[in-house]
Parts: sequence; C-alpha cells; structure tokens
Amino acid sequence: MIAQPSVPEQVPGPETVSPLAGAQLRGRVAAFLALLRDNGFLVGLEETRDSLRLATLMALDRPAALRDGLRSLGCSRPEEWRRFDELFDAFWLGAGMKRVTQVSGAPPPSGATRRLSEAGAPGGSLGQPDQVSRADDAGAGNPADRQGRREGATASESLAETDLRHVASPEELARVHELADRLARRMRHRLSRRERLRRRGRRLDLRRTIHRSIARGGLPIDLAWRKRRDKPLRLVVVLDASGSMSQYSAFFVRFIHGVLDRFREAEAFVFHTRLIHVSPALKERNAAKAVERLSLIAQGWSGGTKIGESLAAFNRNYAARAVHGRSVVMIVSDGYDTGAPELLGREMAALRRRTRRIVWLNPMIGWQGYEPTAGGMQAAMPYVDLFAPAHNLKSLEALAPYLERV
Amino acid sequence: MQRKDIADRLAGVGYVADTQLAMALWLMESLQRPLLLEGAAGVGKTEVAKALAQIHDTRLIRLQCYEGLDANAAIYEWNYQRQLLAIKAREGRGESADAVEKHIFSEEFLLERPLLAAIREDRPAVLLIDEIDRADEEFEAFLLEVLSDYQISIPELGTVKAVSVPLVVLTSNGTRELSDALRRRCLYHFVDYPGEDKEARILQTRLPGIDVALAQQIAAFVARLRKEDLRKVPGVAESLDWAAALVGLDVRDLAREPEVVQDTLLCLLKTQEDRLALAPEVTQRLLGKVA
Repeated sequence: MIAQPSVPEQVPGPETVSPLAGAQLRGRVAAFLALLRDNGFLVGLEETRDSLRLATLMALDRPAALRDGLRSLGCSRPEEWRRFDELFDAFWLGAGMKRVTQVSGAPPPSGATRRLSEAGAPGGSLGQPDQVSRADDAGAGNPADRQGRREGATASESLAETDLRHVASPEELARVHELADRLARRMRHRLSRRERLRRRGRRLDLRRTIHRSIARGGLPIDLAWRKRRDKPLRLVVVLDASGSMSQYSAFFVRFIHGVLDRFREAEAFVFHTRLIHVSPALKERNAAKAVERLSLIAQGWSGGTKIGESLAAFNRNYAARAVHGRSVVMIVSDGYDTGAPELLGREMAALRRRTRRIVWLNPMIGWQGYEPTAGGMQAAMPYVDLFAPAHNLKSLEALAPYLERV
Repeated sequence: MQRKDIADRLAGVGYVADTQLAMALWLMESLQRPLLLEGAAGVGKTEVAKALAQIHDTRLIRLQCYEGLDANAAIYEWNYQRQLLAIKAREGRGESADAVEKHIFSEEFLLERPLLAAIREDRPAVLLIDEIDRADEEFEAFLLEVLSDYQISIPELGTVKAVSVPLVVLTSNGTRELSDALRRRCLYHFVDYPGEDKEARILQTRLPGIDVALAQQIAAFVARLRKEDLRKVPGVAESLDWAAALVGLDVRDLAREPEVVQDTLLCLLKTQEDRLALAPEVTQRLLGKVA
C-alpha cells in the first residue's frame, strides 16, 4: 500500500560486502540491538531490519559511522541518547559489559521479575513479596538491586527493615485500592458532566453543516457544532520514601498504584536522597507484581532526605513534561529535610509557577500536638494550596472533595 | 546524496552539522523514515529542516503544531464558501441532491493543508512538523497514520496516495511525553547546545564579517553563561543576535569592554530574573575565564 517513492534508492545492496564478514557483523548488530532492548530501549522489528541494512553498508566504513547510525536508529528519547555510548562501548569495545549493562533505573530483567511474581502470587498476600525479594537478593543477587543500594543514601542502609511487610494487611490494601478507585471515578464523572453541559459546542462544524444543508438548497438550517474536549486533570504524585517516612511509604506506594491505574493521566515519583520516576514500574496492572517491582527499585530507601534537591531534579528534568496547566502536584512527605530550607523554598516557588495546585500531604499532621515547624516545611508552606493530614485512610478520603473542585 | 556530501553541503548553506546529524539525515533519506529532533528551545532544530530543504533545492512545507490542532488544519479542508456558492448556483437546475453532493465534494473544492500538500509535491519536499509536543495526543495518531502509509483517506473523495515521499522532520521541545508509537516510527537525534568550537564556527558561518578571535570569545562566554543557573538558557539564535550586536558596536575584545558586554546582555537574557542574576561582578567573573 505504500506509495512508490520517487526518491532514488540510495542504499546499495548487500553484495558490496564480502558475505562472511557481512554475516558476522549482522549477527553482532542483532545481538547489540537485543542488548538495547533489554535495557529498555524501544527497539522493534523495524529497527532491527533497518540496522541490519545499515550494518551491511557500514562494514566497509569507519566504525564511528556505525555508532552514529545505530544511535539514530536505536535511541528514541534523551535518556537513551545519553546512555547509548556507554552501552555501545561496553558491547563493541568489550569493556566489562556485564557490569555496565544493568544500569540502575532500568527495569529488572524479565526473568527475575517472573520468578518473583510467581512466588509472590499465591493468594496475593503482601507479606510474601518482601521475603521473596530478599531471598532472591541473597541467592542470585540481582545486579539492579546492588546498583541501587550502592547509590543509596548512607552506608548503613536500613533495607533489612523495609517496611512493606509491616504496614499493609490484605484488608488494608483492599481498602486503599477501593479508595483510589472511588477517587478516580468521581473525578471522571465530574469531567464528563462538564462536557455534557457544553453540548451546544463553541465552534460551528462547517463540514457537517454543509453536508446537511445540501438537501435544503444550501441553507444551513441544521447547524452542526463542535466542542472542544477538556484536558483531563493530571495527578503528579511525589512520594517521600526516606527513613522518617518509612512507616507510611509502603502504604502510599499502594495508593499510588491504584491512582495510576485509574487516572488517564498520572505520573509518580519517589525520592529519598535522589528522585526516581516510578510510573513505568507501576504501570503493571497486577498490584502485587507492581509493588514488588517497586520494592526492587526501592532497595536502599530509607536513608536521609533531600527534598529540596529532589524537587530541583524534578523541576529540571521532568516538570516540563509531567506538569501542565491542568495538573495537581501531590507531595507526600513529613517535611524533614536534611538539605537547605532555602533551596526547598526556591524549588517550590518554581514548581508553583507551572502547576495549578500543590497539595502537601503530611502524615505527621495526624499526630497530636504536631506543628509544621521543621525548617523545610516552613519554607515550603507559602507555596502549598492544601496542607492536609494523611496518616490513615480516612484522611485520604477527606481529600476527595478537594480534588474534585480543582 | 552521499553521506560525506551532506555535511559539506549543509555547511555551504550556513548550517554547521556534526557527523552524527549528517548520519541521521542520510539515514532518513535512505530508509525513508521521519527524523525526530529533540532538544531545548533555541538549539537550532527548526534550522535543520530549512537547511535540508535548501541543500535538496526543494520546497519546505511547515506545519506548526499547537494545542487543538486538528485534521482540518493539518491535512485538508473543504472550501465552504465555494461549496455554498456552488449549491446556490445549481439550485435552479433541478439536479438531485446526490449529484450536487458529488459535485461539491470533488477535488475542485478541496483545500490542501501542509500534510496533504507535502505528499502531493512532484519532487520530495521537506515537511517540517514543528513542536509536535504541543499538539494533542489525538493528533499524533493522525500523524502516525500519514507517516506510515504516506496516504490520506478523505471520506468524501477516497484515498490520496503520495506522489512523492517527503523528507519529514519533527521537532519537539519535550513539553509533553510523545507516544512510543511515534518515537518508534522515527529516527532520533538529540540536539544539544553546540560546544564552544562548534558555536564559534556557527558564528563565523552566519556572520562572515566577524573577527575569528571575537567569535571564539563570544562562544566561550556563552558556553560559560549556559552553565549558570538561568531560567531561560540562551540558544544559538541569541548568541547570533549578540554577536551581531557586538560586531555592530565595533567591539574587538570582550575583556576590554565589560560595560558594553553588560549593556548588550539583553540579547542573551530574556527574563528579568536572569538579568538580575547576572550582576556586573558575575559578568566580570565569566569574562575573566574567557580572556
């Protein structure tokens, strides 16, 4: 069905390369693309085919050209662009590929995930995943874990006391999901109601109007209208997973999973001493699996907190993409920042300029006699639209009416 | 066109390209795939398409994306005024409604918009789809359809097949995450701010009268400036403006005329905050490193 191009075909056929060298190179290229795919690059059949075509051409050319060509074909976003050289060197120059390839942040290899989820699946119990992930840790030693831990906050990581196990009983989990469901449903309902009211539309749909008018001699009697669709509200959750929050973070991870699943547009980030974009890991529909995956990423959480720096990283790297005019940013943190409060204040101001609402959920508010006196909290307060408790399900439920009004 | 020629020819029309970009442009021609250029605002993404059209001596068709852009504005539209007139004109002839409909939904009443125009060019045109991240996700789906088959179906008229396959360049500032499907369809090139040497070469190519040493100084200064914590990082267009201003003011050596530098910074800094951040001492410090 593709129209015949009038551009002359400029790729010479494979006959320009000696068959043996060509075949060898093609094999290597295919293996390299598989490596890219394992590292989360978007490489499909088409890329493979084109790369093989490219490889046949490049065999007689400089290796640098092969690098440039494969980069154009294999990469599809800035992060990949930056990681490409590392992977290319590791593979083609043989610089310790095994160590380099599993860069932290890449999804764990599917094999490991499957092993974990199979073990964790029976009964969907939440106690199990934690044990399983640690069993795996001790045995096979998932490289992603180790990497994550090495980059963690302090040497005395508190991973042995990961809290996932303690917090959520299955009943609690069920209620969290139910709540997230209800929140999302109400939100959607509100949006659709708004659309119905606008049924008359704002602009005339000329094409349809003319169609209808033919039978009436060109008199536009039946007008067709067109309405503009509302952009759905987008929820961006930034969760503090530092030591002081450890009793709550597991609970919120599950809440976020529920939200991400129901909202058409939602993004989630987790920070302790650095910021991690976790939406991809949470896209898994099966809650138990998703939480396991996150617990893998989260190995080595619960060190110090650098809220200001993490927000700065968010503003710099993600905000332009994740936050738009119809976004609500929800920060879940106790506000205990080991960084400078001035930095936090500045970054909050920058974030405020981009978004519609900032909601700060602080589990400590639920504690008796708590005052937001932590330095970081003080600096952030002027930019927060809603400062609310979030220490139990009830307090989260109380949030729903507010989100609906946004 | 051969790969080596591309960089040379681009330089010939005033675009300084590195080998990576030359490779990407060659691949998009050879493999007939669109090229997605991503990078901060002002690094010269749009210029790539313009230069590409120049070296191929072909038409540049540009589609500027915006929120709410729909198929009517991007692909085709019917000429409603003429249609209404035609209906009126035929009123008295007693033609059936079907016949009238057939007549007014014919080629004659069709208005080409950029996408349709691009695939109906006799010679492959360069189609620039600028700031695709501003368009809605629904539009991405439309675009994907056009870019994969190079044909457009118009319900009233049938399918329009491509006369020639255009060279498609998409640009994105990364204000929205693009769909994986679109990313996969495209070759990818990340355009970064040019390094010092490259920027100096750009200045010399675009401003032939400029002193070589001054161009180097300007490039070095701007490179340092980009490392400062600014709200709007100056792009290549800004440094070109600034260089032109300095040449116009007959500046030879930046270090010797800090006041002029300070006064002309408005060419580079586009927000009040940034201007305040760059106090004379800061400028002095940056100049110190340059000289």
